[in-house]
Amino acid sequence: MSATLTAGLGLKPQHYAEARDCPAEGLWFEVHPENYLVAGGPRLAWLEAIRARHPVSLHGVALSLAADAPPDRSHLARLRALADRVEPALVSEHLAWSAWGGAYRPDLLPFPRTTEALNRVAANVSAAQDALGRRLAIENPSHYLRHVGHEWDEIDFLAELSRRTGCGLLLDVNNVFVSAANLGFPAEAYVDAFPCAAVMEIHLAGHSRDPALGERLLVDSHDAPVDEAVWALHRRLVARIGPRPTLVERDDNVPAFGELLAERDRAHAALRGPRERAA
Amino acid sequence: MTALARFQDAFAAALAPGAQDVDPLVASLVAQPAFAVYRNTVAKGCIDALQANFPAVTRLVGEEWMRAAAAVFAARVLPRSPSMLEYGEEFPDFLDGFEPAASLPYLGAVARLDRLWTAAHVSADGPVLSREAFPGLDPESLGEARLVPHPAARWAWHPELPIFTLWSRNREEGDADGDFDWRGEGALVTRPADAVRWMGVDEAACAFLDACARGQPVAGALDLALECDPNANLVRLLADLIDAGAFCRIAMPTDTDPDRRPN
Repeated sequence: MSATLTAGLGLKPQHYAEARDCPAEGLWFEVHPENYLVAGGPRLAWLEAIRARHPVSLHGVALSLAADAPPDRSHLARLRALADRVEPALVSEHLAWSAWGGAYRPDLLPFPRTTEALNRVAANVSAAQDALGRRLAIENPSHYLRHVGHEWDEIDFLAELSRRTGCGLLLDVNNVFVSAANLGFPAEAYVDAFPCAAVMEIHLAGHSRDPALGERLLVDSHDAPVDEAVWALHRRLVARIGPRPTLVERDDNVPAFGELLAERDRAHAALRGPRERAA
Repeated sequence: MTALARFQDAFAAALAPGAQDVDPLVASLVAQPAFAVYRNTVAKGCIDALQANFPAVTRLVGEEWMRAAAAVFAARVLPRSPSMLEYGEEFPDFLDGFEPAASLPYLGAVARLDRLWTAAHVSADGPVLSREAFPGLDPESLGEARLVPHPAARWAWHPELPIFTLWSRNREEGDADGDFDWRGEGALVTRPADAVRWMGVDEAACAFLDACARGQPVAGALDLALECDPNANLVRLLADLIDAGAFCRIAMPTDTDPDRRPN
């Protein structure tokens, strides 16, 4: 199925009807499954109505795979039930943690990339893949802090995680750009070195500056159009690894559907470009 | 304890607003200005969710006051579940005891109705019992039957506060002003089709619904309604609840019902 996916859009409730009715070629939609773990009602009905016409991807934010604890069994069971219901084209999660000590924090938190952590994350990814009966794509997070105590480079860590668990990877190009700016590494080198065979999905999003936290700090805020520099990274990546399902995310300052669709169409064209040139 | 677990204990503790005594393990991280991105994101995620989950409260007090109150609450109570729709179970009780809200003694009760709306919104789907199911029933059979509440139906009665008027006028855009009597009110929230609906109900209707939810037959449930209000119009009461979509089915005493069968 993923062969037919080109560029997709993050699905927002205010766009349900337009999303369902949009005839754009190759269009798919991504949701945070946590918003659909409900017993019934209009949310699920809308998701199923959209799923009846378009492929859907489940992009989890809460499995907390980098926590030093197994993923929550009841959460996995609810996620499995949702996945069985909507038969997603892709299922993804983050290289981060959020649940710890009985509480959930709505964020993607950092951790030291040690061998001990790799063993734990690999066990958690395998457990999640087994419980879901599906291959996960794991996303590189945005970084803000220096000197976290990493033993592993992030790309090596993700490559080894993929090798051990068979998981795929989700390369968020905006996260690369934000992290590169905040930590001072070249974004192009990261994108060039990313293990291409494992990439199941690409993310694009907008970021913003937070002057209160320092002149140069970028925040992965998903509240603006995709930056031109991020589009350039995406072109560079697609030229190297070929087209992969690419999602445009927007979670705040959500504009009209047509405006988001125009960004999505630009990603769609970017994915078609290299293939057509090659043909 | 692993190094990763120690890190997560320390990092999680440092995320709390105004955290003191930061663990040396993460002190060099907390000292970086960028640490605030995580603190801000967690706080914003909690506050956004509370604002979304309590729209009538937000309209009553204004967005700025609501977000300030939500920040105080979020500093005390983090979500237990990643399903942020569920966040804020304790928020009504928090508002009842929140000193800056002392002049708005109805805020907690309004917040409880916002919670009822969410519960109705996400409940399981179910058939809706309509009036057409009744013509074939003689009064005696009806008295022995049980009316099973719809999975999405929720109701609440408040003996002192006009909670339905306060809540319904602030749940959606529109004129929130207007006169009303300062007396007890009840609310019934249902989801008969694809959208949540609500109506004001009296104490007798709430007593009837409570009895139905306990599995009591219609005759006994109506007796309880009459105890609340000897002048209650029982035909009207029943018709209004049915039309609102409060029930999913009628169960006759002869129905094979695994929950009720003796032995």
